[in-house]
Amino acid sequence: MLYQSFDQIKSDLTASKISVEKLVNHYLSQIELKNSELNAFLEVYADEAKQQAKAIDHKIQNGEPTGSLAGLVIGLKDNLCYQGHHVSASSKILEGFESQFTATAVQRLLNEDAIVIGRLNCDEFAMGASNENSAYGNVKNAANIQYVPGGSSGGSAVAVQSDMCFAALGSDTGGSIRQPAAFCGQVGAKPTYGKISRWGLLSYASSFDQIGAITHTVTDNAMLTELMAGYDENDATSSQQEVSPYLPLQNMDRKLKIAYIGDCLNHEGMDAEIKEKTLELISDLKTKGHTLTEIDFPYLDQMVPCYYVLTTAEASSNLARYSGLTFGYRSSNSTDLESTFTLSRTEGFGPEVKRRIMLGTFVLSSNHYDAYYTKAQKVRQIIKQKTDDILKEFDFILLPTTSTPAFKIGEKSANPIAMYLADLFTVQAPLAGNPAISIPLSTHSIDNMPFGIQLIAARHDEKGMFEMAKYLEDIIQ
Amino acid sequence: MKIDDKKIAELSHLAKLSFEGEEKEAIRKDLEKITGFCELLNEVDTTGVEPLIYLSDNVNVLREDQVKQDFTKEQALKNAPKADSDFFRVPKVINTARN
Repeated sequence: MLYQSFDQIKSDLTASKISVEKLVNHYLSQIELKNSELNAFLEVYADEAKQQAKAIDHKIQNGEPTGSLAGLVIGLKDNLCYQGHHVSASSKILEGFESQFTATAVQRLLNEDAIVIGRLNCDEFAMGASNENSAYGNVKNAANIQYVPGGSSGGSAVAVQSDMCFAALGSDTGGSIRQPAAFCGQVGAKPTYGKISRWGLLSYASSFDQIGAITHTVTDNAMLTELMAGYDENDATSSQQEVSPYLPLQNMDRKLKIAYIGDCLNHEGMDAEIKEKTLELISDLKTKGHTLTEIDFPYLDQMVPCYYVLTTAEASSNLARYSGLTFGYRSSNSTDLESTFTLSRTEGFGPEVKRRIMLGTFVLSSNHYDAYYTKAQKVRQIIKQKTDDILKEFDFILLPTTSTPAFKIGEKSANPIAMYLADLFTVQAPLAGNPAISIPLSTHSIDNMPFGIQLIAARHDEKGMFEMAKYLEDIIQ
Repeated sequence: MKIDDKKIAELSHLAKLSFEGEEKEAIRKDLEKITGFCELLNEVDTTGVEPLIYLSDNVNVLREDQVKQDFTKEQALKNAPKADSDFFRVPKVINTARN
């Protein structure tokens, strides 16, 4: 690993110990070395990245002002638009599609002189928990290539884990940033719903989707989140609340009230070692004078079904735009309008996407709308209110990011429900709209696979969340 | 919930997807399992609960109605599977007989 923190990069750039061009060349050489095996990058913008690096080096040499991210080399999940570059959501249906504009979140980082080095593999349309649903092949976990990296932002997590770029952007709908970050030993955060504009993010489920970053450290995650956050006129659901600076992260010198959910730790699928390490952290925090309280959350069994009913409904509607008419794949067997729609979609979408469109169509159809869709919206209301009630009484909710470490490739791919349950601990935050972060907790005795601990904070309390996560990061290290 | 072939035909027509042979049986079984799993929602009493529809805190996001072009014709046609210089080209829309 060349650099673990952006502060190190900045100070080495200032001291002329390294140049931006050398940094880019380092990451390109890592990609050259590792990507054919790990399959994280779908495309690498080598020449462009080198040119941008030279231009930034030139500014530094001439003493001209540079953006705050000069020297930051990032990868983009393949569902974020970057003008003039391909974006495919790892789907055959968008093969060859070229973005005509840049996502607001990406543009805000480019404005600060970040360099985009390539686009990163993910589950097709961000639907998956293992990165086994990509039309362009699995991504492998760099800790052990027999294991999945998690998903759907699996390429983003692996690219950072294996030092093929410094940081990466992902999107989180039910855990798609936090779960792969945990499986790959990185920091992944999902901000409050609406905190970062979704303009230029390929939609999966619009009342859940949020862009966020995967990084080595909490501080760097806070830095990127802060820069991307804030109202955007192109996304009417983006929050109009002013974003106060997150950095520098203040020390947690007050005594905190933290809730942990007993139902999670005692869940039948809970791995014994993850439970043990979580309980150790809890007792450590108690020793430091914080109040940790076990609370009930009686809706654990309902969370994943609630999530699937609502997200598949939204997906079936959002993905109706892939019709084979004005952009994307069109079947060469199409003879009329109806066959253009049906054949293009049938040939263009992979099995998991079709499964979710069908389930979404089912729950929205007139016979089942009230029993499934409206019911799930009501359960979501209860989950949100219960989460709000907890966070009125406590500063944070602490829980494992996942109930198990990464599983082996192919282990769950035949059983959709087993795969859906990989999201069990990560769906609460997007169901309620709250920010959440996963940081590395430890590694498992079986093959040293990493796992994480998760914090859920009150909506719009990203600053508090990052400060607490930094505090935990220091304790764990 | 029990899902039969008729239900699959109805849903795939609405979703503009086609499932044949083994795939049809696989999606039928998957939907049966997943809808059964989703019935866990019925264990929660939601009497008197309003459905949660919007997560955004924003109320009435208004803006001036201004004429502006942020997307050109060339950009719109750029990713078309088939287009000429002015229009998207699509297969014949009106058929003499309905299939």
